[in-house]
Amino acid sequence: MRLKYPLLTGALLLLPVPVEANTVFVSNEKDNTVSVIDSNTLQVTKTIKVGQRPRGITLARNGEWLLICASDDNTVQVFDAKTLEFIKNLPSGPDPELFVLHPTGNPLYIANEDDNIVTVVDIEKGTVLTEIPVGVEPEGMGVSPDGKILVNTSETTNMAHFIDTESNKSIDHVLVDARPRYAEFTPDGSQVWVSSEIGGTVSVIDVKTRKPVGKVSFQINGVNADAIQPVGVRITRDGKKAFVALGPANRVAVIDVATLKVERYLLVGQRVWQLAFTPDEKQLFTTNGTSNDVSIIDVEKLRVTKSVKVGRYPWGVVVAPF
Amino acid sequence: MEECEAHRRAHRWKAGTRCTASAVLALGMLLLGGAPTPLHAQSTQQPATDAKTIGILLVHEKVDRPPPLSLLDIPPSDDGVAGAKQAIADNNNTGRFLGQDFRLDMIESAKPDELVAEAVKQVAAGQHFLVLMVQPQTVLALADALKDKEALLLNAGVPDENLREEDCRANVFHTSPSRAMLADALAQYLVWKQWRRWFLIAGQQPEDIAFAEALKRAAKRFGARIVEERTFIVESGSRRADGGHEQVQQQIPLFTQNAAAHDVVVVADESEQFGEYLPFRTWEPRPVAGTQGLVATSWHPALEQWGGTQFQNRFRRSANRTMRPLDYDVWLAVRAIGEAATRRRSTAFAEISAHLRSAEFEVAGFKGQRLTFRDWNGQLRQPLLIATPKLPVSVSPQPGFLHQFSVLDTLGIDRPETKCKM
Repeated sequence: MRLKYPLLTGALLLLPVPVEANTVFVSNEKDNTVSVIDSNTLQVTKTIKVGQRPRGITLARNGEWLLICASDDNTVQVFDAKTLEFIKNLPSGPDPELFVLHPTGNPLYIANEDDNIVTVVDIEKGTVLTEIPVGVEPEGMGVSPDGKILVNTSETTNMAHFIDTESNKSIDHVLVDARPRYAEFTPDGSQVWVSSEIGGTVSVIDVKTRKPVGKVSFQINGVNADAIQPVGVRITRDGKKAFVALGPANRVAVIDVATLKVERYLLVGQRVWQLAFTPDEKQLFTTNGTSNDVSIIDVEKLRVTKSVKVGRYPWGVVVAPF
Repeated sequence: MEECEAHRRAHRWKAGTRCTASAVLALGMLLLGGAPTPLHAQSTQQPATDAKTIGILLVHEKVDRPPPLSLLDIPPSDDGVAGAKQAIADNNNTGRFLGQDFRLDMIESAKPDELVAEAVKQVAAGQHFLVLMVQPQTVLALADALKDKEALLLNAGVPDENLREEDCRANVFHTSPSRAMLADALAQYLVWKQWRRWFLIAGQQPEDIAFAEALKRAAKRFGARIVEERTFIVESGSRRADGGHEQVQQQIPLFTQNAAAHDVVVVADESEQFGEYLPFRTWEPRPVAGTQGLVATSWHPALEQWGGTQFQNRFRRSANRTMRPLDYDVWLAVRAIGEAATRRRSTAFAEISAHLRSAEFEVAGFKGQRLTFRDWNGQLRQPLLIATPKLPVSVSPQPGFLHQFSVLDTLGIDRPETKCKM
């Protein structure tokens, strides 16, 4: 191939577009829709109608399926990520808010915000495997890269619940600051980062000892401390930088993972909650709930490059590798 | 309908002075707890072995009040109590992971003396945390009777300023907002709307006069003006008479005629004897705010922000009705104790009490920010909702009202003004 089409390859390189185009999916909590954005043109190419109160959103089967928590319909909907056609509903337990897929691609762990449980679902068979009792208002869901440990956070119990994915039993409960909303493992699986929305902090917990080993606090000139409410957390694949969405502070914090120092605050839209990288980690998309848009961060330059209008109360975001 | 019914002001434990005291209820001891209790129904797994129990004593003074104007506003019999039960369930859901078990006990009576005597007995028997749904003078009687004992009192329901000011007590916290906080929250919104000229109409009950005073103070603080002030005299008589609307339709326009030019009618009628007659009946077409119409409140049954939806659903499932402000104030009191026990990982009175008094204490209350206690008088800082019967309209403090320490301290009596010496 390389020998056959050298000229064609050369021609392609002359095109002024970045290397790969991705598809960005944003769930609009109040519109019952998902906005589809082309990561190159940064245009909304399509808006699809989904179930009621769509929040958590992710991809399954290597990007073939788009999964959406339709919270008020008490179901997880499966769409074809390319054709955007509805495939099926998965059982989810009541009020699914956020979920995480096992690294092997199955099962799906769903936080049932209204019912103090995590529901484990086989996405192929569409069956509930088990339910795991956790604290009040479970939300954040993270799974270790080796798939052995699941962490769920409960917003009113203020804990990170460590669950053994083999037995589906909880093995430990770590107290964190008020209203924990998101759990993100470091790529090496040694730490889990838990954001506390009301506490205004991110707790760093050692996965082996399950003891807090650090805490990130935030301070922004001209922004009241009460408005700094960490929610979504993303860590780069090389484990060096963490990005934390700070809610009504309208900023994303950039943190050096090794030192836990905040390096920069990037001004984005209003009430920023969830974040998603493009697969090449060149762009980071943020959902801005009250300004009804997503901001796009250039990860290398640490600059906000653009905002794109989506539906009302954008909540979750996921990027497909196509 | 439920929404309207639940839309009541924070002042609920007031005796109607016109109301004759009916048969005094004998002291009712209702043991709602006793481990294991039905309140644990939500805990599904892993009851911690040798869990340590923390008792919370709900002290309820039964009070006869005149019926409100609207059938929708008649309080449910478990007003407040349902909030306590919800908080115990929430505490236990966390407690089961830490080996802590919370139990709700309750004493009820129409006689303050009996309540005080029973509370003293219960504290001697090991109760430490008392959540009060009682009359203002009973708060003081309990606080003084339990002075120097291992007991903390949390007032949920009395908005009286003096309990936080000149009559403050070191062993009393307050989760319900004070009248000044409510008036300030409302005033900030009215000023933000540029409705600065107020026509104040107050009733004659002492609590009406107290709220009118709080409104006057708020007007001065935030740049509004009382351009006209009138007292509404409620003719005592039967609330129900055939004839209904005809006379009201005639009387209210006459009563509000010839007032100085105003933007808004502000009403102080805590006992709900005439305020509901004002909207849509005033001489000038003006909105009504205060104790009726647009109100400031600690909770609203239609609040869905900040995770409120799940909280409302949970409450509705267990109580079979919507959550009212008193339920919320009591819920917060019980949760504050639970939160302190969780953070200190302790069931000891000294630990929990120390944490409640420390700068580290904070509790989440579905208000979008941490709630803390003012260290100068034990009052809980919290955002207050500005609402109509169906929906929240806004949340105070309003943007632009600044404070050097916490914007929440723009609501109510601030540290430099306090008369509290603890």
